[in-house]
Amino acid sequence: MKLAGMLLLLAGWVIVVSALALFARPGPRDLFVLAGLGVELLGLMLAFRGSARSPREAK
Amino acid sequence: MTPYPAAFDLPVLASMALVAIIPLALAGFVLMNTGLGRTRSAAHSMLGSLAAIAVAALVFCVVGFSWEGVAGGSSHTLTIAGSHWDWLARGPFCLLGLSPGATRTNLAVLLQVFAVGLAALIPLSAGADRWRLSASCFSTALLAGWTYPLFAHWVWGGGWLAQLGSNYGLGRGFLDAGGAGTIQVVGGLTALSVVWIIGPRRGKFVQDGIAPAIPGHNIVYVLFGALLVLPGWIALNAACAILFAGAPPAQIPLIALNTMLSAAAGCMAAVLITRLRFAKPDASLSANGWMGGLVASSAVGSFVSPMVAIGVGMIAGVLVTFSVELLELRLAVDDPGGAISVHAVAGIWGLLAVGFFVPGQSLAQVVGVATLLGLVLPLTYGLNWLLDRVFPQRTGRDGERLGMDLHELGAGAYPEFMIHNEEFVER
Repeated sequence: MKLAGMLLLLAGWVIVVSALALFARPGPRDLFVLAGLGVELLGLMLAFRGSARSPREAK
Repeated sequence: MTPYPAAFDLPVLASMALVAIIPLALAGFVLMNTGLGRTRSAAHSMLGSLAAIAVAALVFCVVGFSWEGVAGGSSHTLTIAGSHWDWLARGPFCLLGLSPGATRTNLAVLLQVFAVGLAALIPLSAGADRWRLSASCFSTALLAGWTYPLFAHWVWGGGWLAQLGSNYGLGRGFLDAGGAGTIQVVGGLTALSVVWIIGPRRGKFVQDGIAPAIPGHNIVYVLFGALLVLPGWIALNAACAILFAGAPPAQIPLIALNTMLSAAAGCMAAVLITRLRFAKPDASLSANGWMGGLVASSAVGSFVSPMVAIGVGMIAGVLVTFSVELLELRLAVDDPGGAISVHAVAGIWGLLAVGFFVPGQSLAQVVGVATLLGLVLPLTYGLNWLLDRVFPQRTGRDGERLGMDLHELGAGAYPEFMIHNEEFVER
């Protein structure tokens, strides 16, 4: 789950950078940048859930 | 009267005086980290901090600065849709490109040696009581040799985040005049990665995620450290603003005032919240609120009025207080010093606050924060995960049972203390 979270974080960043390069008009560009940030937040939640479910604690 | 050489203009002289004060921030931070840890790991914490500062300085000078470079220096660029994206500097290794006459560049290198040392101390706070000394040195080398210089180039070295203004009309590009992102958030995200990899301290989450408190061993160290950090932080914010954001020396008093007010507001917010919630103010959380205010001031200090700095610091203090609880109780993240909350959460808030209060900056700040979360976090996690495969970062059972002092150093920080048997009972 943590790996999936990390991949989502990276995917969100790629969306942000792609939005800057691909959209000249501010409206769609801003929307896609925010969407990329949203994907990153999902990835962050997933990464946290992954670590919370399996804390590496030696018993 | 003999005039100063041309290189010694007023900004350079002011920066020289300021840079000399920055080590106080490191000293105070080390003292805080040690006080928030346990007695049986106190010497380990101090030596680990000294080693981290030393490794960071050496690796940054040998390798890191060549990736970071200076604004206007040679670099690797990529042309995308007609715009040039500056990704990585192309300087010589081992500081070979520096000359005695390049006073401003030399001063920038010296400042960054302290800055990368400060960033390297942040993960140590989160990994206290279980992070091996040698592993922390290797991890620091990765931070100082790659992660920090990469992001610092993008922000302070004329990289693509700094170019967002000229390339895409996003205000003045990503603004981080005092290192809230470059130093604090990068360090805070590295701390999160390290904590994810090495796991919690033994006995921290015993039954279904219930987390018994493991209080710091010396709150006087913590509070004195918080005071000691202040002059160093004022100097750091002001020197970075002059050398990397082009602020005039006349702005130093405003930056200092904003830094102080933001810290004060962060501290008082934490004092009030803990007083309301727990009936008594919590000293360590209040110190963390103070630090959160300082971290947020690194982002906004050069750009806002004192009243806005108070508001930003206050929100940082609130965020830090609740974030410490959220991470520990809900997300099972064992961060003894609250480093992730103080440096990553408050730093991100400060960077976003610049977007709220500086006209036309909001999207550039969002892109910068998205880069920290979306690229720097996976990068630093991946590097530390690989390191852990090759060189396990967590100490063994004996290390935690005996304490890191006895296990790794062979002697405790307080040899005259009576050691109680219950210290060694496994939980």
